[in-house]
Amino acid sequence: MRAKSNFPPVWLVKVFIHIGALLPLVNLYWLAYLDELGADPVKEVIHFTGIGALNLLLLSLTLSPLAKFLKQGKLISLRRVIGLYAFFYAVLHVLNFLFFEVQFDFGLFIDEVFDRPYITVGMVALLILTALAVTSVNKIKRGMGRSWQKLHNSTYLVGTLAVIHFYWSVKSELTSPLIYIILFIFLLFLRRDKFTRWFS
Amino acid sequence: MLIKTPAKSTLTENHVTDESVYSGRRSLLKKMGFLGAGTLLSTATTSSNAEGFNFFSSDKESVFKRSAIKYSPASNAAKSEILTPETKVISHNNFYEFGTKKSDPINNAQAFKVNPWALKISGEVNKPFTLDYDDLFNKYAIEERIYRLRCVETWSMVIPWLGFSLSEIIKQADPTSKAKYVAFETLDDPKQMPGQRSRRLGGGIDYPYVEGLRIDEAMNPLTFMSVGLYGKTLPPQNGAPIRLVVPWKYGFKSIKSIVGIKLVEKMPPTTWNILAAKEYGFYANVNPEVDHPRWSQASERRITSGGLFSRNRTATLPFNGYGEEVAHLYKNMDLRKYF
Repeated sequence: MRAKSNFPPVWLVKVFIHIGALLPLVNLYWLAYLDELGADPVKEVIHFTGIGALNLLLLSLTLSPLAKFLKQGKLISLRRVIGLYAFFYAVLHVLNFLFFEVQFDFGLFIDEVFDRPYITVGMVALLILTALAVTSVNKIKRGMGRSWQKLHNSTYLVGTLAVIHFYWSVKSELTSPLIYIILFIFLLFLRRDKFTRWFS
Repeated sequence: MLIKTPAKSTLTENHVTDESVYSGRRSLLKKMGFLGAGTLLSTATTSSNAEGFNFFSSDKESVFKRSAIKYSPASNAAKSEILTPETKVISHNNFYEFGTKKSDPINNAQAFKVNPWALKISGEVNKPFTLDYDDLFNKYAIEERIYRLRCVETWSMVIPWLGFSLSEIIKQADPTSKAKYVAFETLDDPKQMPGQRSRRLGGGIDYPYVEGLRIDEAMNPLTFMSVGLYGKTLPPQNGAPIRLVVPWKYGFKSIKSIVGIKLVEKMPPTTWNILAAKEYGFYANVNPEVDHPRWSQASERRITSGGLFSRNRTATLPFNGYGEEVAHLYKNMDLRKYF
């Protein structure tokens, strides 16, 4: 019990999460609007929100093992807000591509999504993530009963698709996607008991 | 006779620190061991912050010094297109020798030494020769050429280059009948180029960077050896002191900081083709009909001034709009096969 009492109030932590997730976006779009985000602000906003989504997704996957390790059950209650921000960043990532990269050329947008495997993979990840975000509402969660957990286990699929999407999108500098792949595999490794239960 | 008695605080020319001493004061201090670890770290090669805005800082001595060049200006007709602002041309670069991020070259290349330089013209020629740094600016009449630059990554710029046609160099060397191709090579100097020291920083490329053209492509009047842009010598991040500019081909053909031009009989290897042959061909002509396997090449975003909301997507033209000048070079070729 002593450890738990050390944990700051959850609402306060959530305030920091909101600030930490939203402030960089305000800064990003403000600088991009002023044309002070490098020579090509479009690339910057697309990459920033993409990497941001991946960071938040991996952070949300870090919480359960971390809660166990630190014996801080309250960390679990942060998974939803961080997961939802991962979804929010991923939506912005796609909207940036549609608004600023292809600039509302819907034909080109559709072509790119279906013709480019790495974009298809990213889009599938976003669709699954959308289902997870929608079903994160308490009422729906209760209504779904046991199938909720089953559905939300697909987070691991989303993570897999997301790191593949990143790896596949780069020209030759594979180091950072590889780091993400290793981190993700490590997070899966921490859950090895869960997976062996699934498959036994 | 008027005798002027200067105030004690007045500076005379004797007091002026010689510019070379002034601009070298950092390295002087470093040599003397006066700077702490923190200041030394600040020049580390992977400064990921600041995103290429270093040239706005007051720390002017760390910026590579460019000098003005005398040139004959481009015709007014060529000036009809909106130029990409100079600050963007020199801060958004693919030059993996200095790091793979677009802002890496401007951050990591400012100490690059271009003088002395030696550009060797050799191979299947009767009169091989070498150009030194001064030759690059004095041997050929320098003219301005305003070209569109189309990157294979689907962004593009419009840049006022200074330089001369590659054909002038080749003619001077007097090629033999065996000269079918021209092979180019970038400087190989891992001490100066962090990307050549580390596979991680250099994007996994085997250096030195090499490129090539067919001899008729190389002799085309559009094919340009650039020694400057926007009225001044090239900054290192754009390929100082001399680089190739082939405006109808994707940007990666326009090899930077060249030390070797060799006329050869067989098609020479080229860096991006070695790295991913299915994605980057030897010819690499700009072609909206032939997509990169992972993205469409049908249109591009023109980088000009204006932020996130500037509508800058335009259709990509065959041969980047230079078809009139170069399409005949490929008239019996299947450009889908020879992409």
